[in-house]
Amino acid sequence: MMQRRAFLQTALKGALLCGSGGAFLAAMLKAKHSKDSYALRPPGAEDEERFLSLCIRCGLCVKDCPYNTLKLATLLDHAKVGTPFFEARKVPCYLCPDIPCIKACPTSALDKKHLEKNQGVGSLKMGVAVVDPISCVAFWGIRCDVCYRVCPLIDRAIKLENKHNERTGKHAYMLPMVQNDVCVGCGLCERACITKEPAIRVLPVAFVSGKVGNHYVKGWDAKDQERVKDAKPNTLNPKTDNPLDYLNKGL
Amino acid sequence: MRYLVLRRLMQCGILALFAANTWILKGNLSASRLFNTIPLSDPFAALQVFLASLHVEITALLGALLVLCVYGLFLGRAFCAWVCPVNMIVDFAAWVRRKLQFRGVHLGLPKNLRYILLALSLILSFALATPAFESVSFIGVVQRGIILGTASWLIVALLLFCVDAFLGDKIICSKLCPLGAFYALTSRYALLKIKHDAMRCTKCELCWEICPERQVLWMVGLKSVSVNSGECTRCGRCIEVCEDDALGFSILDLKGSFKKKDLG
Repeated sequence: MMQRRAFLQTALKGALLCGSGGAFLAAMLKAKHSKDSYALRPPGAEDEERFLSLCIRCGLCVKDCPYNTLKLATLLDHAKVGTPFFEARKVPCYLCPDIPCIKACPTSALDKKHLEKNQGVGSLKMGVAVVDPISCVAFWGIRCDVCYRVCPLIDRAIKLENKHNERTGKHAYMLPMVQNDVCVGCGLCERACITKEPAIRVLPVAFVSGKVGNHYVKGWDAKDQERVKDAKPNTLNPKTDNPLDYLNKGL
Repeated sequence: MRYLVLRRLMQCGILALFAANTWILKGNLSASRLFNTIPLSDPFAALQVFLASLHVEITALLGALLVLCVYGLFLGRAFCAWVCPVNMIVDFAAWVRRKLQFRGVHLGLPKNLRYILLALSLILSFALATPAFESVSFIGVVQRGIILGTASWLIVALLLFCVDAFLGDKIICSKLCPLGAFYALTSRYALLKIKHDAMRCTKCELCWEICPERQVLWMVGLKSVSVNSGECTRCGRCIEVCEDDALGFSILDLKGSFKKKDLG
């Protein structure tokens, strides 16, 4: 009898320990995976999921960065502990032509495809700059084009748009406009922004980008039109169907 | 004392070399570059990365194999006693526990828990597509903290100290740590071993008192064989405390390695 009881006790203890240990680990990982943690990753880490599965947390990219841009996350940082990230307002990425951080990575968590010839830093995508028109003084009518001038992709990633200033009647607004598809997210603009808190910030792509889906067709694009060549007329009734559901049905 | 001093010099020296960030040694204990060319990487971390990403990068693979060969063929589980910075914390905790004669609580964790955690780490790495133990690794937090000169790792160090000092003897290294379990599994046939001479042993049990993995000293006073278990960390503490000269390091004791463990 005692043997069976002892066995049951051991088994229960073992099962509970395994269960709680596993649950603890899983909970930690889940918490660490939550999307609200904002971190700009080094060049070549475009796909956050792929990056996290490959990063061995060795800090070789950090050590090889000539500008001390990168840091390894400690327990108190938002980024997952031990992974490299940078804060553009403190030190941005200066887009070295030879990208030594990618070269240093032993596990290709930073994608080696950017090192191929003729790629250039233009293929990187660390984030996207976003302007806050309320705190950007250019939107007030004050002349400031610092972000535009420091941008390594000047007139491509940030363009200035002229607009008539109705208030004075004789001046122009010169508004910084970020081209989301060109901006590589280096953060030089955020570093240089003259306001107390930067009016232009670099956010990870996933925080900024939307996704159209393939149910909208560019009517003015002959090639895009091809996609709906064989489409049947809509059989839904807009009168009885909720317009919101009607528009998004079947997506 | 000489092995203790040597071990501390080794542990601190490696961390100092990493912290100095010269061409000699760059990176940290997860992965690094020696002399700017030779890759080194933690084989357990590399295995987790492989399971998480199903991708093998040649640099990490070479580094892992190199480290694995050094420990698996020559040094055994010496990483735990000679390199890992957590060893200093748990040794201090064990010292405090001994000095204060703290025997109050004793968590009865099963000895093979670390092997379960090892398996769990590998399974979770694959299932969650992220190196599971590396994401929560206390070793990682401590070593990176020291190398990079940050402060928040001290919280973890304190936690580790408290667990070992107050919750039970040698919990962290010999019951929880999956990295130690990994090296124990790969170190069975390593050349460097502790040799025991039963003729000299007076059964004073000092080695048992000090050994962090005392089950490996099953032969003390019984048989003149080498310590063959992969769980031996080659710390040399038993050699230092033995006043009868019954224990010592030996290499090339091949014969003993492959003999079956039989209690004679």
